[in-house]
Amino acid sequence: MQHIQLGAIDYTILIVYFAFVLGIGWVLRRSVKSSEDFFLSGRSIPAWIAGLAFLSANLGAQEVIGMGASGAKYGMMTSHFYWLGAIPAMVFVGIFMMPFYYGSRARSVPEYLKLRFDEKTRGFNAVSFAVMTVFSSGISMYALAKLLELLLGWSFHTSVALSAVVVLAYIFLGGLTSAIYNEVLQFFLIVLGFLPLVLLGLKDVGGWAGLTAKLQTVATNAGFAPGAWSASWRHLNAASANPMGVEWFGLVMGLGFVLSFGYWCTDFLVVQRAMAADSMTAARRTPLLAAFPKMLFPALVILPGMIAIALHVTRGGLLPIGSDGVPNYNLAVPVMLAHYLPSGLLGLGLTALMASFMSGMAGNVTAFNTVWTYDIYQSYIRPGRSDGHYLRMGHAATVFGILLSVAAAYATTRFNNIMDMLQLVFAFVNAPLFATFLLGMFWRRTTGHGAFFGLLIGTAAAAIHHGLVLPYGAVPGLKGGFLGTVLHTYSSEMAQNFWTAIFAWTACFVATILISLLTRRNKSDDDLKGLVYALTPRLTDHDLPWYKRPATLGAVVLGLTLVLNVIFW
Amino acid sequence: MKWDVRLPIGLMFSIFGAMLTCYGLASDRAIYDRSLGIDVNLWWGLVVLAFGLVMLGFALRAKRPAP
Repeated sequence: MQHIQLGAIDYTILIVYFAFVLGIGWVLRRSVKSSEDFFLSGRSIPAWIAGLAFLSANLGAQEVIGMGASGAKYGMMTSHFYWLGAIPAMVFVGIFMMPFYYGSRARSVPEYLKLRFDEKTRGFNAVSFAVMTVFSSGISMYALAKLLELLLGWSFHTSVALSAVVVLAYIFLGGLTSAIYNEVLQFFLIVLGFLPLVLLGLKDVGGWAGLTAKLQTVATNAGFAPGAWSASWRHLNAASANPMGVEWFGLVMGLGFVLSFGYWCTDFLVVQRAMAADSMTAARRTPLLAAFPKMLFPALVILPGMIAIALHVTRGGLLPIGSDGVPNYNLAVPVMLAHYLPSGLLGLGLTALMASFMSGMAGNVTAFNTVWTYDIYQSYIRPGRSDGHYLRMGHAATVFGILLSVAAAYATTRFNNIMDMLQLVFAFVNAPLFATFLLGMFWRRTTGHGAFFGLLIGTAAAAIHHGLVLPYGAVPGLKGGFLGTVLHTYSSEMAQNFWTAIFAWTACFVATILISLLTRRNKSDDDLKGLVYALTPRLTDHDLPWYKRPATLGAVVLGLTLVLNVIFW
Repeated sequence: MKWDVRLPIGLMFSIFGAMLTCYGLASDRAIYDRSLGIDVNLWWGLVVLAFGLVMLGFALRAKRPAP
C-alpha cells in the first residue's frame, strides 16, 4: 500500500493537538493532592463531562477501526452492537446499578465485590482485570503503531514511544481528571474529524438510497438476499441468511444481554468515569447522557465501513486484498480517510484516529493504576499506609502500567498467538461476571462462596464450551475445538462467541444460586445496606426537573433506540 | 469546580478552525479533486471554528461570577 503524504498543515494540527493534551495535564497537576483526586478526580466531575468521558474511554481502536471493519464485513447488522447491545446496558447501569456503585462509596468495581461478597471474589476480579487492562492498552498501542507504519511509513518504535510518552505524561501529571478532560477533547475531535468523511462518502455514493442500492450488489455477490447489508433485523431468522452468521436468539441473548451488560455494567474502565461524578444523580445520569451520542455513533463509525465496501465492490479495488484473497476490512476507515480527505482535513482525521487510540490506552491505564493501588497494593501488599504513600504508588503504577503495555505491544509483534490466547481467556473470565453482579445486587441471599465458585464454574463453562465447538471452516486450536471432539459447528466466529457467553452466564447464574443456598450467609442484612436492592432506601428524585430524572432520561433513550431499530429494520 | 474543560476545547478547535479556513482559502484547487471538488478545508474549517467559538463563549460566560 502506498504511504499517505502529509503536508505541513497536517503535522501542525498533530503538534497542536499534542500540545493541548500535555497542556491539560500540566495545568491539572496542581489539583492532585490526595489519592482520591488522582484515582477518582476527587468525585467532582459534572455529569456531562463524565458522560462524554464514559463514551470516549471506550472509543478506542476497537471501536473506530473495528466497527468500520464490521460495517464493511456485516453491513447494517453491526448497529446491533449499539442499538441492541450498548444502549440498553447503559440505561440499566445508570438506573439500577449506579445507586450501589456510587452509594456504597466503593472506589472500584473489585472493591464493591469485597463489600458485597468477600476478599477472594475481589482478589480474583482485581487480578484478572489488572492483567487484562495492561494487555488491552498494549494491543491499542500495537494496533496504532502498525497502522501508522502502514499508512504513513512511520517506524513502529517511534509510534510506540510517542503514544506511550504522551499518555504517560498527561496521566502522571493530572491523574483521572486529566484523562477525563482529554477524553472529552478527544470525543469532539473524533466527531469533527470523522464527520466530513461520512458526509463526503454519502454524497459520493448518492445518499442513503444510493448506498443501499450499491449494497444490494455487495449482498448478492456474496450470495445473500439483496437487503442483507442494509437491514439490521430482517435477515435474522436463520444464521445462514446473514453475513454475521447469527440467528436472533443468539444475538439477543449473547450480545444484547450477556456480553453488553457484562461490559457496560461491570467493567471498571467505564464505571470509573461515572464513579468520578460529583453527586449520586450525576453518577446515574453519566451513562444516560452518554447514551444520546452513542445512539448516533453508528453513523460515524459503521457508515464509513459500509460506504467503503459499497465502493470497493461497485467501483473496484478500494480496499487492499489480503493474502487470503479477502479484502482487509480493518483498513476500511483509514483507506476512506486517504481517499476523500485532502491535506488539512486529512491531518484532522488522522489526529482524530490517534486520539481514539490514545483515549483507549489512557482509559486502560487509569483503570489499571486504581485497581492495582487500591485493590492489590493497599489490600494485600502494604495495607495501612498514609494517603500520600498510595498517591505516590499511583504515580509509580502509571509508569509501570505504561511500561508493561509497551512490553505487551512488543510481545504481540513476536507472538501474535499469545495475545489472541489471552483475549480468549479474558473473554472466559468476563462472560459470567454479569450473573454475579445481578445476583449480588438483587438477591441478598447470595453468599461469598456462591459468588466466587459461581464465577469459577462460569469461566470453566466458557472454556469447555469453546473447547467443544468450532466456527465454520476453522481448524481446532485457538478458534475452539481444543478438547478433542467437536460437538457443534457454528456458522461464524461471532455466533460461537455469543453462545460461549450464554453458556458461561447460565452456568455462573445457576451455580451461584445453588452454592449460595448450600452455604451460610457471610454478610448480615446490616452489612448489605446500600449494596443490595431490597436493603437500600429508594432514591427519590422528585425535587429534580423532569428532564434531569434518571428514569425519565432512561425511558427517552430506550424509546429513541426503539425508533432507530424500527427505521433500519 | 476546577477550571472549565470548555476553555481548552474551545481554544483548540478555534485554532484548528482558523488554520483550516485559511488553508482552504490559500490552497490550490487541484487538491480538492478527491473531495468531490468541494473546498472542504474552507467549509469544514468554518464549522470547526464556529464550534470552537461557541465552546469558548460558554467557558467565558461561566467564568463570570454569579450575581
